[in-house]
Amino acid sequence: MHVIIGVLALQGAVSEHLNMVTACGATPRPIKNPTDLKDLDGLIIPGGESTTIRKLLVREQLLDPLKGLVQNGFPVFGTCAGLVLLAQPESLAGLNGTVVRNGFGRQRESFETELTVAGWSKLFHGIFIRAPYLSEVREPAKALVTLADGRIVAAQQDHVLVTSFHPELTSDTRFHQYFIDQIVTPSLTQAS
Amino acid sequence: MTQTGTTTVKRGMAQMQKGGVIMDVANVEQAKVAEAAGAVAVMALERVPSDIRAAGGVARMSDPAMIEAIMKAVTIPVMAKARIGHTAEARILEAIGVDYIDESEVLTPADDNYHINKADFKVPFVCGCRNLSEALRRIGEGASMLRTKGEPGTGNIIEAVRHMEKVNEQIKHVASADPEQLMTISRDLRAPYDLVKQVHDLGKLPVINFAAGGVSTPADAALMMNLGADGIFVGSGIFKSENPAKFAKAIVTATAHPTDYALIAKVSENLGKPMKGIEMSTLTEDQKMADRGI
Repeated sequence: MHVIIGVLALQGAVSEHLNMVTACGATPRPIKNPTDLKDLDGLIIPGGESTTIRKLLVREQLLDPLKGLVQNGFPVFGTCAGLVLLAQPESLAGLNGTVVRNGFGRQRESFETELTVAGWSKLFHGIFIRAPYLSEVREPAKALVTLADGRIVAAQQDHVLVTSFHPELTSDTRFHQYFIDQIVTPSLTQAS
Repeated sequence: MTQTGTTTVKRGMAQMQKGGVIMDVANVEQAKVAEAAGAVAVMALERVPSDIRAAGGVARMSDPAMIEAIMKAVTIPVMAKARIGHTAEARILEAIGVDYIDESEVLTPADDNYHINKADFKVPFVCGCRNLSEALRRIGEGASMLRTKGEPGTGNIIEAVRHMEKVNEQIKHVASADPEQLMTISRDLRAPYDLVKQVHDLGKLPVINFAAGGVSTPADAALMMNLGADGIFVGSGIFKSENPAKFAKAIVTATAHPTDYALIAKVSENLGKPMKGIEMSTLTEDQKMADRGI
């Protein structure tokens, strides 16, 4: 099945996600305005500055169409700033949880560490840059990665996948592949 | 094993700024205007480059209290400038927790032999470059991000254009060279061989490269983005214009949509006067900041 994955291309690590989508065997498409959303199978919201991306979403009249998609079960994967926008009730409201922006501190506190992902046998290398975290998630959202101190850094709520860290800065495609195989592809089967 | 201050998180921070505008701000009010306009970061400094030119004298690191007040006032990253080669200023900026340090030719250089050993810091650095030689030497010293030098505080885009085109042209030359030519290229560029080899293999710089030094209108920002800049620094261009809030917002939109000329036309309408600007030939040699720290 041929899958087209959009990457919100207003600001941030866009090319890194486009490359990951290609590496997963799907077709990437940069999304800059509402007309780009046509015939899309899934959407990625990249890392960047969440306040900047949010302002540009409002300015380009993309916030409401995206919120509509998220509310209607459209597959969306957000990393870092993408997590912030998906978890904020005033932004896309796609995940029941409480987000703490810049939750680990400023840039000098940015870090790399190995992560245990629920249900995965191998560790995932997490790159956290001025990263947010979720202090809690509520049903039907489920934590996928929880740090030793209880901070939730990856979660899923049905068709919405979020990570605090940046899989797009690694060469490990497992999160992108999981999004495409486990969330996007089943949603296409259901629709047809 | 958790590690901070790695090359990946330092360069990654710049990757998250791509497609965005970093604005010079001189106080809390300006920082808030920049954040509201959609800046991806602010550069806290007491005087924007055109005022530094006008004031003369020695330009130094800003008062830490002023930088800290801005860090408290906004949630976006805050950058600050240290003088070229002034390791102590950079350590002070690291100690107060700025998100990025600009080892900047806009300030009066502290050392005309050596730049700061930037690899040694937890906080990432951005440095200016006019060509691939300077770019690779700065990366060799540990810079995690680059920007064109342009000619700061002039409101004149020509130098930034020259520097971006020069870097691009030299990258093409290195990328298309045969492997046996790379050592000679390294010798001629006076740049580390391993970085020349990386540019050859990648076909691009291993770090993000923004445009800086002379951007003063939305059209300038679009021009630089279309020349291959990863993003835009605006120094004097915003707060020396007639309507800073409108200019800031319009430059952010143009940077995010650099080929949507109908949109850029719309946001450029009735902006008021941009900063006045300076023609290059009226600058004397010692007034040219881009020649500092090569």
